[in-house]
Amino acid sequence: MITLNHYLILSGLLFAIGLVGVVRRKNLLMLFFATEIMLNAANLAFAATSSYYHDLTGQMFAFFIIAVAASEVAVGLGLLILLYKKYGSINLDDFTIMKG
Amino acid sequence: MITFAFYLFAVLITGLFLVTVMSKNVLYAMTSLAAGMVLISGLFFILGADFLGVVQLIVYVGAVMAVYAFAMMFFDLSRDVEERHDKPWLIFLLGGGIALTLVVMFAAPIMGEAVHAIYPPVAGATNPQAVGLVLFTKYLLPFEVASVMLLVAMIAGIILAGKKMEISLSAMDEDILPDTKENA
Repeated sequence: MITLNHYLILSGLLFAIGLVGVVRRKNLLMLFFATEIMLNAANLAFAATSSYYHDLTGQMFAFFIIAVAASEVAVGLGLLILLYKKYGSINLDDFTIMKG
Repeated sequence: MITFAFYLFAVLITGLFLVTVMSKNVLYAMTSLAAGMVLISGLFFILGADFLGVVQLIVYVGAVMAVYAFAMMFFDLSRDVEERHDKPWLIFLLGGGIALTLVVMFAAPIMGEAVHAIYPPVAGATNPQAVGLVLFTKYLLPFEVASVMLLVAMIAGIILAGKKMEISLSAMDEDILPDTKENA
C-alpha cells in the first residue's frame, strides 16, 4: 500500500537531485533544467497531499506553479539569448566582470 | 497494481532526472527531463489528479520543452558542458541537506496532524469538474493574476529574444564576431 510518505520521500529525493544540479552546473541552460526538476518535485508533493487529504487546494497550487514555471522559462530564455549575444557563451564563469 | 506502478515510475523518474543532472550532453539532459516529466504526469494520474496530469503533459512536456528546444538552437551546445569539479562531496552534502531540511519543514504540519481539508472535491463530480468549481470560485483572483503574469512573460519573452534579431550570430564569420560583441 502506497502512503503519503512514499510520495513525500520521492518528492524530497527529486528535490535533492534538482538542488544538486543547481549547485553543480555551470552551464545556465542546465541550471534551468535543474530548477524545472525542483518545481516538478514540489508539484508532486502538492498533488500527493491534495489526493490523500481529499482537498483540492494542493492541485490549485500545482497549477499556479506550472503557470509560474512557464513564464519563468519564457523570460529566462529571453534573458539567456541576450546574454549569449553579449558574451558569446552561457557559461556562468564567463559572466564574472568583477575581478578581485 | 498501483504499488507496482508507483515503484516503477519512482525508479524511472529518479534515474531520468539523475541523467538530466549528471549528463554532460545538453541534448541527453533535455530528452531525459522531458521523459521524466511524462512519467511524473503518470504519477498524477495515479493520484487521481487527472486534470493536473493533462496540464503537466501539455504545458511542461509540450510547451516548456519545445521552448527549450527552440532556445537550444541559439546556443553552441555541440561540445560537452563544463562542470564544477572542486569538492564534489560538498555539493551532494549541501544539496541533500537543504532538501532534507525543506522536507522536514513541509512535513511538520502533517506530523502534527494539523492539516484540514478546506475545499474537498464536490461529491459526484469528476476531477476536472471539481477543479473547475474550486478554481473559478475560490481561486478566481489568483487565476486572473496568473493570466496577467503569463501575458507579461509573453511580452517580455518577445521583446528580450527579438532584440537585434536582424544580426545573425551563426551566419557570421569568426573574425567579425568580437567586433559586434563590443557594440552589443
